[in-house]
Amino acid sequence: MLDIRDLLGAMVGSMTSPLRPDDYRAIINPLWSRRRLSGRVEAVFPETPDTSTVVVRPGLGWAGCLAGQHISVGVSIEGVWHRRTFSLSSPPGRPDGLITITVKARPDGLVSRYVVHALRPGQTVRLGHPSGRFVLPDELPTRLLFVTAGSGITPVMSMLRHLAEGRRMPDVFLAHSARNASEVIFGEELRRLAARFPTLRLLEHHTRPGGGRPAGRLTMAALAGICTDLPERSAWVCGPPGLVDDAESYWRGIGISDRLLTERFQPEVRPGGGRGGRVRFVRSGRETTASVGTPLLAAGEDAGVIMPSGCRMGACHSCLAPLCAGRVRDLRTGDEHGSPGDLIQTCVSAPAGDVDIDL
Amino acid sequence: MPTPTRLNARDLGASDIEKLGEELDRLRAEVLASRGEDDARYIRRVIAAQRGLEAGGRMVMFASLLPPAWLAGTAMLSLAKILENMEIGHNVLHGQWDWMRDPDIHSTTWEWDSVSPAAQWKYSHNYVHHTYTNVLGRDRDLGYSILRVTPEQPWRPVHLAQPLYNLALAAVFEWGIALYDTEVERAWRGEKDLSETLQHLGSTVKKAARQGRKDYVIFPLLAGPAFLPVLLGNLAANVTRNIWAHTVIFCGHFPDGTRTFTEEEIEDESRGEWYLRQLLGSANISGPAALHLFSGNLSHQIEHHLFPDLPSNRYAQIAPRVRALCERFGLPYTIGSLPRQTANVWGRILRLSLPGPARSGTGETAPEQVEPVLPARAA
Repeated sequence: MLDIRDLLGAMVGSMTSPLRPDDYRAIINPLWSRRRLSGRVEAVFPETPDTSTVVVRPGLGWAGCLAGQHISVGVSIEGVWHRRTFSLSSPPGRPDGLITITVKARPDGLVSRYVVHALRPGQTVRLGHPSGRFVLPDELPTRLLFVTAGSGITPVMSMLRHLAEGRRMPDVFLAHSARNASEVIFGEELRRLAARFPTLRLLEHHTRPGGGRPAGRLTMAALAGICTDLPERSAWVCGPPGLVDDAESYWRGIGISDRLLTERFQPEVRPGGGRGGRVRFVRSGRETTASVGTPLLAAGEDAGVIMPSGCRMGACHSCLAPLCAGRVRDLRTGDEHGSPGDLIQTCVSAPAGDVDIDL
Repeated sequence: MPTPTRLNARDLGASDIEKLGEELDRLRAEVLASRGEDDARYIRRVIAAQRGLEAGGRMVMFASLLPPAWLAGTAMLSLAKILENMEIGHNVLHGQWDWMRDPDIHSTTWEWDSVSPAAQWKYSHNYVHHTYTNVLGRDRDLGYSILRVTPEQPWRPVHLAQPLYNLALAAVFEWGIALYDTEVERAWRGEKDLSETLQHLGSTVKKAARQGRKDYVIFPLLAGPAFLPVLLGNLAANVTRNIWAHTVIFCGHFPDGTRTFTEEEIEDESRGEWYLRQLLGSANISGPAALHLFSGNLSHQIEHHLFPDLPSNRYAQIAPRVRALCERFGLPYTIGSLPRQTANVWGRILRLSLPGPARSGTGETAPEQVEPVLPARAA
């Protein structure tokens, strides 16, 4: 049977050829585009001197998220679009429909510094769809453990806010490490939550308390002494590589790796031998050379190729592109691999010699 | 008389050409380094204005039973189509805006309101025409395979009719370009693979059907009682755009003062020599800002040919500096008003429809004066 909506859709599509109806909607309001998910910045407020929370109204096509997921955010800096992945700090399904990301400015981070210090309300950002498995399960475990450091608190904040919305806070132990009390992102809110819910226990670990004298880092061995039922808890760990590595080996050591979920903000890069090479983007007709340590994603972006991208650390697989010829080196393992037709993660793959990419 | 004297080969040595190349490279690098938010805002605004103008024009045309509405709607749609093809389509497809990394304004994703599919046009225009600009036997844009626009092209009896069929070509220019982009004449001569040509023809027919359905079926039908006025309005807009594009483009390489080259001249061409050829083979159109906008800044044909991938809004800015460079190196910088250049090109097409090396009114194209501009290299 002929569907009247399909017919209407085809007709409207013909009216705007060679553009799409969406292209016209997006001119009136970028938020009305379903094809190119966008958001409008509603507010930007500082959390700490180098961290800001950005409140965004997502456009049509936003299908919601799970607590703890991350999204790709595109910002236009000096006329050039840059995409990076940030964890959501808002709980899913806020009644006002807004989402928040909380970003820490890295000293050499073009995009993170822009988001923290220069992004203004009213600006349009582009959004990706949420992804990531660092989330709460549908059926909540009775006891939970969150271990975070620095901006690693962000996805956990989304989960805690989500839990706080429920009628009953489950038994949660949150261990968070920061340099000092004033550098704890969401510090006040975390302390308020801990005071409000007797079942939420907050352990703040400060690596430079009172300025100057460094204290030890938060280790799992030390934590196990304080959180004595640690092995019985389902655990979420997010933070710098040192913390996540420690957690993974600790949980592996006691043989309960299945109770642990981790999230990294930086890829583990292992130096490897070999050389870079010429990179040819077959469909765009662009060619460039990339060194042994340059991800294909960065090489392509610099060469003006439209590169699909996501987390930029090998986690989300948004950047997959088919390899036509040549081999690539995985920047995380140093392994060389690839045969024609393979889908390559361009964000963590560097050329091992000359390569052709089907982009 | 703005057309300059013919370049004398002996005036410009190899080292001068190299210096010219370096100066132009520097100019290019300067613009590349200064691209930013203002440029991005410019192209986004032009695109928004174009879409507004197109949607508005089509809506106004629905009231076409009132003649003033028909006129206003047709004028708006004509301007929208001109902007879409010239300042937006042509320039986006050149990759002038790729640096913004916006997948919606990018040479690899853009499709335009023209019968010719973007992919085919990019090959014949960006590659063939911009690489082999004005090289006889290589640049197919020299007369588009049917016109004799330079005395160096051999005369054939069919050229007697070229004033007539050039007039017809102007009215159906987008169709001419589409057919030309499929390179049927090369397939006919056995220079291009037949199945590839058929495939190109197929995608052109599909594209043409989409564009035709929009202008000649869907919108007229939506207009109900105004079916015929809307159909005629859309036809008028397409023809207006075609004539305008034809006019602007013919003023770019065919007026007196522009030069053609032989394949021997471009053997082992250096960067500087390539620049020089682009400079000598192109002509600008002088006029107000609106002319530059609606010509897609092809009124700055010289700057466009030197730097085909710089954002079009920058051509006006660098034009005085390119012109100053030309003066410094004693090179011609061909420029004239639109009526003057158009008359000049038509005069040439009329003259060259007759056999023989016709002497032009300005003495520019007499063959005895055509000598290699590029200095002979030591073997």
